[in-house]
Amino acid sequence: MIRDPQDLRRYTASQRVNHWIVGMCFILLAFSGLAFFHPAFFPLAMLFGGGVWARILHPLIGVAMAVFFTLLALRFWRLNMMTATDLEWLKRAREMMDGDDHNMPIQGKYNGGQKALFWAVLVCVLVLFVSGLAIWREYFSALLPIGLVRFASLLHAVFASLMIALITVHVYAAIWVKGTIRAMWYGTVTRAWAKQHHAAWYREMTGRKS
Amino acid sequence: MALQSLDIKARSATTTPSPQIRKAVEVAKLIDTSICIGCKACQVACMQWNDLRDEIGSNHGVLDNPMDLSAASWTVMRFAEHENEEGNLEWLIRKDGCMHCTDPGCLKACPSPGAIVQYTNGIVDFHEENCIGCGYCITGCPFNIPRISAKDHKAYKCTLCSDRVAVGQAPACAKACPTGAITFGAKEDMLDSAQVRVDGLKERGFQNAGLYDPQGVGGTHVMYVLRHADRPELYHGLPQDPHISPMVSLWKGVAKPLATAAMGAVAVGSLFHYVMKGPNEVSKETEREVEKEGEQ
Repeated sequence: MIRDPQDLRRYTASQRVNHWIVGMCFILLAFSGLAFFHPAFFPLAMLFGGGVWARILHPLIGVAMAVFFTLLALRFWRLNMMTATDLEWLKRAREMMDGDDHNMPIQGKYNGGQKALFWAVLVCVLVLFVSGLAIWREYFSALLPIGLVRFASLLHAVFASLMIALITVHVYAAIWVKGTIRAMWYGTVTRAWAKQHHAAWYREMTGRKS
Repeated sequence: MALQSLDIKARSATTTPSPQIRKAVEVAKLIDTSICIGCKACQVACMQWNDLRDEIGSNHGVLDNPMDLSAASWTVMRFAEHENEEGNLEWLIRKDGCMHCTDPGCLKACPSPGAIVQYTNGIVDFHEENCIGCGYCITGCPFNIPRISAKDHKAYKCTLCSDRVAVGQAPACAKACPTGAITFGAKEDMLDSAQVRVDGLKERGFQNAGLYDPQGVGGTHVMYVLRHADRPELYHGLPQDPHISPMVSLWKGVAKPLATAAMGAVAVGSLFHYVMKGPNEVSKETEREVEKEGEQ
């Protein structure tokens, strides 16, 4: 594919690498975690070399995820601050999902939905990390009251399910909105893409008025 | 099946029914704490029969030795001092270990298929070769019994000598008990025998004597005769009304199908959204606008 020099840069290489480390961690965590959650998913443990390996690796990958997600969040939290326009966008998200984005409020680098997802995922990672430490039998569980470990187990399962649902939406949105995924693969998007989906960011990047 | 006497009734992390065409007699161990002398013959018999040699610990100034259950100590005598209403000291001694619940919290919580099984005779057994070492059995147990070994990261606990019971023998502890405080047989017979002992204690003035066979976990296959059945917590914290914690029931109960269905719905919903609404592409109009801007 020939890349157009007119394309706009959306992510730096370092941001992309950071995102994909988090992404890989998430996939590994989801597969190994689901194995412990429901017997229907237990065969997924075989991808890790069996149940014992899945049990050993899951919390270690979890720590890596927490570290790299923190880096990612530090890079992007400012860009995800909600504004009145974002709330307006969220209110009208149904129109967008119906396939008509003509009347959607003008969006900056991220739209209301992306920002809401960012904060929701951040809360999930935080809860999963803390509750995950509590149910890490190897190092921490024995030091905590059993009631807390039980609560953490429930919390971990609920927020993990929520996070898997959120990331499914995240991935689907990237597939649905054509021309999006390349931003995370090699960093650029076309000008037309930017103008259609993030008009305010388009202006900011090109210095154009409309 | 290898042994009819070890037919499996329930199996961890298994959603389909176990073979259930034949029934077995439910067994139980009855421990009469009122005639236990705390000699620890049961502890010794347990380690001998099961070939367990725990690390030598240190003396803590009490008779409890070792101080707690471990991966290599499946039963320990718990010694509790209780001053009764008359101001007399009562030494309440209880042989602690797995209670073999009818509704076992360990089995409910275990994520590894077949790592925990319950035989038709009521014994709950760990099959360590399938254990992944996550410790969920500890989280699920209402009696704080399973222990993970630091050596192999597998969970261990009393088997009720399932290997002995399978061939018609009583558990090693029951065999060794010199006072007859531990007896073993069909659960029904043990209930009858417990009634006789409780009646005897009541005749001797222990009005609150009774059987500990907690119904919150569907009854147990290790039962106690207690002088103070109204206050089981006196016996080194034996729980008053043990049951699987609601947290564990939620986590390994409704949450499983509900969350699985929700995650599936989001994935399938996304797919059908694409099929019904089509991709969100950049409009020709916007493309032309951008092209024009480029020419300026």
